[in-house]
Amino acid sequence: MNEFKRTPKPRVSELPIAAIIPEPGNSKYYFTGDWRSVRPVINKDKCTGCSLCWVYCPDTAIIKVEGGKYDVDLNYCKGCGICAEECPVKAITMVEEGED
Amino acid sequence: MAAYFKNLKEIPEEEYFIHGHRACAGCTEPIAVRLVLKAIGKDCIVVSPTGCLEVFSTPYPYTSWAVPWCHVAFENAGAVASGVEAALKVYKRKGKLPDKKVHVVVFAGDGGTIDIGLQSLSGALERGHDMLYVCLDNEAYMNTGIQRSGSTPYGAWTTTSAVGKVIPGKIQWKKDGAKIAAAHDIPYVATASVAYPLDLMNKARKGAEIDGPAYIQVLCPCVPGWRIRSEHSIKVARLAVQTGIYPLYEIENGSLTVTVKVPQRKNVEEYLRLQGRFGHLTEDMIKKIQSRVDMEAEKLGLGPRK
Amino acid sequence: MGMECAAAAALAAKLAMVDVIAAYPITPQTHIAETLSEYVANGELDAEYINAESEHSAISACIGAAATGARVFTATCGQGLALMHELLPIAAGWRLPIVMVNTNRSLSPNLNIWGDQSDSMASRDCGWIQFFAENAQELFDLVIMAFRIAEDERVQLPVMVNAKGFYCTHVIEPLIILDQEEVEKFLPPKKIQKYALNPNNPTTWGCVAFPDVQTEIRKQWDDALRNSIKVIREVFKEYGSLFGRNYDIIETYRMEDAEVGLLLMGYACGTCRVAVDTLREEGEKVGMIKLRVFRPFPFDDLAAASKNLKAIGVFDEAISVGGVGGPLFGEVRSALYSLERRPKVLGFIQGIGGRDIKVDDFIRAYYEIKSVLSGEKRIENDFMFLQVRE
Repeated sequence: MNEFKRTPKPRVSELPIAAIIPEPGNSKYYFTGDWRSVRPVINKDKCTGCSLCWVYCPDTAIIKVEGGKYDVDLNYCKGCGICAEECPVKAITMVEEGED
Repeated sequence: MAAYFKNLKEIPEEEYFIHGHRACAGCTEPIAVRLVLKAIGKDCIVVSPTGCLEVFSTPYPYTSWAVPWCHVAFENAGAVASGVEAALKVYKRKGKLPDKKVHVVVFAGDGGTIDIGLQSLSGALERGHDMLYVCLDNEAYMNTGIQRSGSTPYGAWTTTSAVGKVIPGKIQWKKDGAKIAAAHDIPYVATASVAYPLDLMNKARKGAEIDGPAYIQVLCPCVPGWRIRSEHSIKVARLAVQTGIYPLYEIENGSLTVTVKVPQRKNVEEYLRLQGRFGHLTEDMIKKIQSRVDMEAEKLGLGPRK
Repeated sequence: MGMECAAAAALAAKLAMVDVIAAYPITPQTHIAETLSEYVANGELDAEYINAESEHSAISACIGAAATGARVFTATCGQGLALMHELLPIAAGWRLPIVMVNTNRSLSPNLNIWGDQSDSMASRDCGWIQFFAENAQELFDLVIMAFRIAEDERVQLPVMVNAKGFYCTHVIEPLIILDQEEVEKFLPPKKIQKYALNPNNPTTWGCVAFPDVQTEIRKQWDDALRNSIKVIREVFKEYGSLFGRNYDIIETYRMEDAEVGLLLMGYACGTCRVAVDTLREEGEKVGMIKLRVFRPFPFDDLAAASKNLKAIGVFDEAISVGGVGGPLFGEVRSALYSLERRPKVLGFIQGIGGRDIKVDDFIRAYYEIKSVLSGEKRIENDFMFLQVRE
């Protein structure tokens, strides 16, 4: 995954016509993970793989991992806490950044 | 109610609304958009008016849209979508585009739908263009800093329905966008909430497949605007339904069905007290809200209160 | 054969085989919208006709349709054009080849349905190519050429063809029309543009642009409008060689040895020519300079037409209220400022709200110019209302 945070400053000749953005979904190059001050930690033993956290994450920062369980994509997670709040088996806890 | 998606495992994995957008932490608009696009698939063209969604999803040079998308102005999403639909229609007829259905979808805020956007929505509905219009209802002009809209509920604090010694927030009741859309006699109208994802997705798919205009209004709680904790945004969207404040129904060819039954309604206070925008409400105002909800709930056949 | 000017404009759009029409009726454009509705209802024109619920929605629908790749046509004027104002720059900045006939109508206040140029002048900075038609023939020809110019890869800009309300809409004039085959020889079928809204190539249009990029976006658009003059000249030439009617960006009448030029745009040019002939008979060395293209502003053609002139009288059918005079006057003066030998430029306002412009008006104006040149008279700020009763 590329990390591409600096917004480029194009010249007139480099602009696509009418300032159209031709590459779909290129926001994936912008990592919003550094917004957060707390992050979710998923307890894989408790996780039942119900996928509610994946459904509700506003930033598609929950990804499916092996065993049908779910984990966090820290590149995009803004630390909103919806996943921890909605998890039906309380498998997710929010911890302060900087802690383990 | 047709169930295209019967459980969460049937939700398609392909993403059409890509992360890296600048929505607030806990914002429910991306949840609604992501799920609706999953329900519809890649063969669509999306139109959005000015608003939170448009701004946080397309800060030059980044875009979160993996489907074709355009933003023209604030008050004309209905009209722009009409133009897109007409072009698709005539080009398919002339053989310049393949004869495959391409859904025209609008994602608009409550401001761009029932205040400044009402005229162009009305025109589009009356002309019967084949489109799905999804109103993301966060109950105020959030993008410009939480100013009141016609969709702001009674009593809510906003920056332009300020709470002070003389006036306690918004004194008008909420403008009912779904009923306005239904008054145009369109084939499909529905209300939805981000806390009921399968209900939302099934309605979105249904509205898209139906020939003619479809209108879905989705309750999207706003973290800074409603003064809620970011982790509560789904919880609040659920309580809105369970208290009967935001009943979820669909109207197909004039007949209304409640799609999320509420056998025993919670008291509105459970919903209101989670939100700072209602923090100033007096007993009297809460009673007013409760009795209004009781009245509407009875009409819809929602259950009694606990 | 004679045809109502408005019907000629509608016929031109039909021959261009437009795909989508979105319009809202407003006098005196109505006959264009109505004729097109009849064509579509009869199956003579295979297009989607959107009865927009306002002009704002009409141009919005045009933008949506054009962004999806369709050939689009609309018409409006006056208050309708004013209502579209928010979107005109978007249509142009998005490089959409929309063609619009603007049946020049006076802007309110007060409510006045007759023809003057205040509506298009109020939108002169919106980034559209702007033509002014003198009569039914020009209107017909310019609309057909407008599609060709707008859709040229090197241009991709919307075109506004202005025609004076009532004079150039409801009047029946003789004209030579083209048949479908001839138009198809000149105007190729519409190509769907590379970035058009299409699920097979998802693009994002109308994103948020920050201060660090908006300047480049504007400049790219300004460059495109300026450079379009080459294509306009080319297309005018090709049309002339195919159909025998040669149009120039600036048309001059009896200017070869003129000392004074009368400069204007649109329908009043017909009257002006009679005035020039009358003055010539009296021995005056005067001619007419007619601008057919207002945007992009024809700097070079104007400089060439103004060579060796002692004075130019610019005739506006609008006033920039509280400004430097008539809008065209202000622009012509500014454009000629850097000439080594500048003619004296004076402005005259006439025809406001459709007031009849007479041969006498031009003649009076000419003698005003003469008295200023001879030092007999000074006109405050170099412009005056020709027809006002004070």
